[in-house]
Amino acid sequence: MAEYAVELRNVWKRFPGPGGEVVTAVKNVSLQIYDGEFFALLGPSGCGKTTSLRMIAGFELPSEGEIFIHGRPMGKTPPYQRPVNTVFQSYALFPHMTIGENVAFGLQMKGVDKKEITRRVAEALEMVRLSGYEKRKPKQLSGGQQQRVALARALVNRPEVLLLDEPLGALDLKLRKEMQLELKRLQREVGITFIFVTHDQEEALTMSDRIAVMEGGVALQVGTANDIYEHPNCRFVADFIGETNFLDGKVAEVDTDKARIELPGGVSLWAHTPQRVVVGQAVTVTVRPEKMHIRPNATDINQVTGYVTDIVYIGTDTHYGVVLIGGQTIRVREQNYAADSRLLAREGEEVCVRFSIEAARVLTE
Amino acid sequence: MIQHIRENRRLQGFLLILPAMFVMVMLLVIPLTLTVITSFGQRDADGNVIYTFTLENYWRLMGFTEQGWDDLYLRILLRSLWLAVQTTVIVILMAYPLAYFIARSPEKRRNFLLFLVLVPLWTNFVIRIYAWVMILRSQGVLNSTLGAIAGLLNVPFQPLDLYPSQTAVLIGMVYEFLPFMILPIYTSLEKIEPSLYEAAADLYANAFRTFWRVTVPLSMPGIVAGTILTFIPVIGTFVVSDILGGRQVILVGNLVQRQFLDARNPPFGAAASIILLVMTLVLTLYYTRRFGLGEEIAAG
Repeated sequence: MAEYAVELRNVWKRFPGPGGEVVTAVKNVSLQIYDGEFFALLGPSGCGKTTSLRMIAGFELPSEGEIFIHGRPMGKTPPYQRPVNTVFQSYALFPHMTIGENVAFGLQMKGVDKKEITRRVAEALEMVRLSGYEKRKPKQLSGGQQQRVALARALVNRPEVLLLDEPLGALDLKLRKEMQLELKRLQREVGITFIFVTHDQEEALTMSDRIAVMEGGVALQVGTANDIYEHPNCRFVADFIGETNFLDGKVAEVDTDKARIELPGGVSLWAHTPQRVVVGQAVTVTVRPEKMHIRPNATDINQVTGYVTDIVYIGTDTHYGVVLIGGQTIRVREQNYAADSRLLAREGEEVCVRFSIEAARVLTE
Repeated sequence: MIQHIRENRRLQGFLLILPAMFVMVMLLVIPLTLTVITSFGQRDADGNVIYTFTLENYWRLMGFTEQGWDDLYLRILLRSLWLAVQTTVIVILMAYPLAYFIARSPEKRRNFLLFLVLVPLWTNFVIRIYAWVMILRSQGVLNSTLGAIAGLLNVPFQPLDLYPSQTAVLIGMVYEFLPFMILPIYTSLEKIEPSLYEAAADLYANAFRTFWRVTVPLSMPGIVAGTILTFIPVIGTFVVSDILGGRQVILVGNLVQRQFLDARNPPFGAAASIILLVMTLVLTLYYTRRFGLGEEIAAG
């Protein structure tokens, strides 16, 4: 058995558009998803994440490239012959069948014997805590319950990979949080590879072992939640995951893994350079708000001066909006960890914003 | 007055159903009651109705006559029933693939295709049925076309003797009621969420099994509606059988019509129409009980 549960190798997908033009939904995507992993495809709508998932399921065929499931090339294999199951965004429960019949459907199609079907259906419903609902019809269940039936209907077949297309999208916030934990628990329990499509970055960070951030049909960055948050490789990823500040400037001086960047207004700062840059190059520096400080701190090298424009106090943190001398605005988040935290500045006051070289990352794209 | 209506909700309700009540009573309850009363009556030598209470008309329809057993009318009833069943089954088999094709067409093209289905209905019904006479008669379009093809292929050709016949009536009926089956089936097919087909495929069902386990059950409401729309008019028809069947094909509808207009025996005609009504009612009730009206499925 191959080391990857699913592999996409240089996959492209083109659709005929409404006006006869060609729409490229997925552009040269290569992904390796490990066995037993909880993997998220994250991106805004129209980024190609759902198309990628549908190609793994077999509902769409790649225009170019190949998809492997446990090392076997899928080629034109139809969905009903693939060892994967899907949980649909709309759940797609069969309205004319009972919950029991819905869950049994896949096993019946595979020709599993009746006794075994009864046993496994009961087991699957127990797993999603819906025992005793066999005889009900889907529309008699709440959204959250339907969602769990959809999960049971897929998992009962013991697929090699479970594909989930925004499965929590239709649930309200509280239920969504519950289901996130529930899904995570289920995944650990059954040990099946989950591939999860979502546009909700928080959901992806909460649940996934690894995340692929997609935009415009391209997989921009693949990594753990920590990787992607701390080491974004481009402006889009930095912006999409969490909150961040961008400072535009020009490279003034280059060292081995850091560079001095000059901002408008004659301010300059040192930042970490993951990619090679040259003097004179226009770049963007990203710094997370919580890694910036207004509080005096001797160890932080970078110091830029500005004026406080607004203050938002939210209990655990206080957010300061600061406009720098060059005219760029940033947000600074100070944690109120002291026993008796007070505001560190007032609106209109001049402040010195400090941050370390490592907290500032130079992005070239 | 207006103030009074505004305050009295019961009166509002009563006033709102008044027109419908009027129509129902005048056009349904009274005529039907008259028909029932007439069916228990007799006729005198001049063809006038004598209102008595006798079951004689019904006995005669069932085959018990003064001259002994005669199943003439039973055969007419069964012929109507058989023709209605044949028509409905053929119409379902022809309409389903078409409705499926339209429902699966790109959205923009669907309305155009539905429009094409409806175009024939713009012409008068009798004219359309007469058109079939032109097509089916021995020197008609069908035979001359087949003859020309046979001539080209150099094979002997015996003109088809289709008109007038029961087959011609069947063809006319199928032609007439096809749109009434296509539309409801299309509607129920179009309502099926495409993700359900994908879910079935995802759960190892190939196209054939998806069709029987998902598509057909979910389109049952359309089939039921189309069947009711086809079966009931067909079982009572007399125009199509008159035109395409000549004098050879007598259906219940023809029987009723002739008893009233030619034989001048309204009581017997009324009894035949009541039998037809009861038969239709029983079959429809059984059918809808068996297959449901499909609301619970459609609502899902």
